[in-house]
Amino acid sequence: MTTSVRELLAAHEFLRGLGDEVLETVVGCAHNVAFEPGELLCVEGASADTFYLLRRGRVSLEVHAPGRGPVVIETVEPGSVVGWSWLVPPYRWTIDARAIDRVGAVAIDGACLREKAERDPAFGYALLTRVSTHLLARLQATRVRALDLYGAGHGH
Amino acid sequence: MTFAESFVVDVDGLDALVQVLIQRGYETKGPTVHDGAVVPGPITGVREFPRGVRDEQAPGRYRLGKGDERLFAWAVGPGSWKADFFPANQVEWRAHTSEGALSFAEVGTASTPLAIIGARPCELAAIEVFDRVLGEGAHPDPRYVTRRDTCFMVVVECAVPAGTCFCSSMGTGPDVKSGFDIALSELSDADGHRFLARAGSSHGADVLAAIPHALASELDLRARLESLEHAEASMGRHLETEGLAELLARNIEHPRWSDVAERCLSCANCTMVCPTCFCSDVLDISELSGALERRRVWSSCFDLDHSYLHGGAVRSSTSSRYRQWMTHKLSTWWDQFDTSGCVGCGRCVTWCPVSIDITEEVEAIVRTDGAARVTVPTSRSDS
Amino acid sequence: MVTSEHSVASKDVPSPGAGPLTPLTHRVVRRVQETSDVATLFLEPLVGDRLVFRPGQFNMLSAFGVGEVAISVSSAPGEGGPLRHTVRDVGAVSHALVRCEVGDVIGVRGPFGTDWQVTSDVEGGTSDTRDVVVVAGGIGLAPLRGALYEFVAAARGGGRVFILVGGRNPDQIIFHDDLAAWERDGATVMLSVDQSTPQWRGRVGLVTTMLGDAGFDPRNSRALLCGPEIMMRFTARALVDMGVDPAAILVSLERNMQCGIGWCGHCQLGPLIICRDGPVVPYGGVVERLLAERER
Repeated sequence: MTTSVRELLAAHEFLRGLGDEVLETVVGCAHNVAFEPGELLCVEGASADTFYLLRRGRVSLEVHAPGRGPVVIETVEPGSVVGWSWLVPPYRWTIDARAIDRVGAVAIDGACLREKAERDPAFGYALLTRVSTHLLARLQATRVRALDLYGAGHGH
Repeated sequence: MTFAESFVVDVDGLDALVQVLIQRGYETKGPTVHDGAVVPGPITGVREFPRGVRDEQAPGRYRLGKGDERLFAWAVGPGSWKADFFPANQVEWRAHTSEGALSFAEVGTASTPLAIIGARPCELAAIEVFDRVLGEGAHPDPRYVTRRDTCFMVVVECAVPAGTCFCSSMGTGPDVKSGFDIALSELSDADGHRFLARAGSSHGADVLAAIPHALASELDLRARLESLEHAEASMGRHLETEGLAELLARNIEHPRWSDVAERCLSCANCTMVCPTCFCSDVLDISELSGALERRRVWSSCFDLDHSYLHGGAVRSSTSSRYRQWMTHKLSTWWDQFDTSGCVGCGRCVTWCPVSIDITEEVEAIVRTDGAARVTVPTSRSDS
Repeated sequence: MVTSEHSVASKDVPSPGAGPLTPLTHRVVRRVQETSDVATLFLEPLVGDRLVFRPGQFNMLSAFGVGEVAISVSSAPGEGGPLRHTVRDVGAVSHALVRCEVGDVIGVRGPFGTDWQVTSDVEGGTSDTRDVVVVAGGIGLAPLRGALYEFVAAARGGGRVFILVGGRNPDQIIFHDDLAAWERDGATVMLSVDQSTPQWRGRVGLVTTMLGDAGFDPRNSRALLCGPEIMMRFTARALVDMGVDPAAILVSLERNMQCGIGWCGHCQLGPLIICRDGPVVPYGGVVERLLAERER
């Protein structure tokens, strides 16, 4: 299975270009997982010890609102990542992540990765830089959406 | 008579010129004194020209005073000739609804051809700028083109520039080289009060031939050049145009824009007196009777609504609007129409109620070229 | 709104020779409510032939007695039929237009401005085989509709067309039938909304987040963007970051247009007079700078 996970990791956008050493380090913390439609990958408030590199299937990030049910904040597509809460204390999910389709992902043990990052700062820096890139893109997209672009009107 | 030749015409000859143009069916207009200013008005003879009138102009200041025997010893006043080609408020079409049906009535474009007697070189330059805006391109304004094509233009070169003049910086005066039917230079010296006249078109030559004239002497020609040299030397202001368009383009975030906005009232005076400002509102007006009308009315980039886009104005601050006006005149006009939008007439300086001086604003940016600084007002209420 | 049951007296009908600000009267022959505040009007001239236009150009539409507003053409030159304009209710004039009913008469002047350069050939004179990436936000799909029909038809020869549409919510996505038709004809169609609904199974997120997943070749693509200016700015930057040539990105700009023919001065954006030099302009160079400059 390890070979397979390595291949899956090597093919994933998240680790692209980080080199074999980084890949080997991550492989040791990773395993292959699958979710059925409707299944939750993360549960708001629960302990965040894993994150997911999506390979196939769409995942929605949701907040449960009384009277409204799950409100979809954003969807995440294959090639992207679900879950950042493993990175910093208190390691607790801040949002629900639900499989919309059958989801295939590589699950990565956050505690395992943190430990390796602390031991190997070069690896940790490379990892954090990559995580930050994704986070910044996600933050920026959220900012623009907060403008309610299409609400203000476009008169064509 | 050839275009190269110069003739001498006396004051009676100038009167004859007006009469010939009237006889030939022109509506004759020229500078007149009205409400304490030299402004365009109807002319039926030399008596209506501002004879013996001088002007005193400074930023925010315009006064008429007593001059000598000359008719054209003043610089431009608040009115420009653009109103005659591009009326301040014109009906584009009228329509009527009756029992649900709509019928259009064309608005006549034919009018009596206009003869302007006494435009200054900078004013002709301004009309030529207008030609590029409304007279050329994919959609020329037919009524503008008609008025312009049928116009007879007598330009009088400048002998007495005002304190706010800088036409020599802009290459639009005090002399005139082309674009006229007849060019006059007013001379007043030991040899008497007279006009040096040149024809700039066959039409002009024809009219000139019909009035009393004599061949100009070397002395007359020299007197004209001396008058122009004197005019150029007494030009009240100067604008360095070398690299100006680029200078402004790279100083879009210069702090001076905020500085001038502290003084600017956004009153739009500068755009109303500017002989090249061409912005207009297109307005539909409906009456209870069912009559509809589309009008084109002068407007200004200093109006908040000028840049309105559903949701709000693109240029809500005074600094943005002043920047739009000045960079348009001196920089982006080149991109749009391959010419400067400023002819150096100085009207915007004279008629600014708070004495903002475009040449001074440019100079301030020249002195601190590159002092770009992004400052964003915390509220959008400084309009 | 004027309802003309009788034909306009022919003597007084403005001909193409009438003043440039005189509209040609058109009758609304069909009306489709696209969303709660967007309607498509299908227009036939009361006299004369249908206007000939290129995708991306706009017309000035008159709601008689109210005013005139610039609206892009949303029909495709190849589909024949009435002239289409898809209008969003954002002001007095557009409100009057959106409320038009079949049989009403409105005014049309145009077409004006630049187009999406559907038929532009790459250097060397051969036909353009680049991937076509279309990113539309909200009603921004309307000015692209005509171009999309042409691109999708042209792509049958082997080219690829990617259509990325963003909207505030699923109800705001327009032209569902067209999107389905383009997908059926081989285009990649991706939708994303900012606000989901319980029924929505598609993407939720900013339209730019679809760029990476679309599958076009950034080094061999041309892109057409139409939507809110902020959306176009961010999308263009994202495309350039991916490797798309800024000169190969077209954006459709909007400013206050009162005449459509370069007279009124309202639609200036720096050196550009949008009705004359636009609305469709290349992003690379001047426009990239202008969109970054702040007017405030």
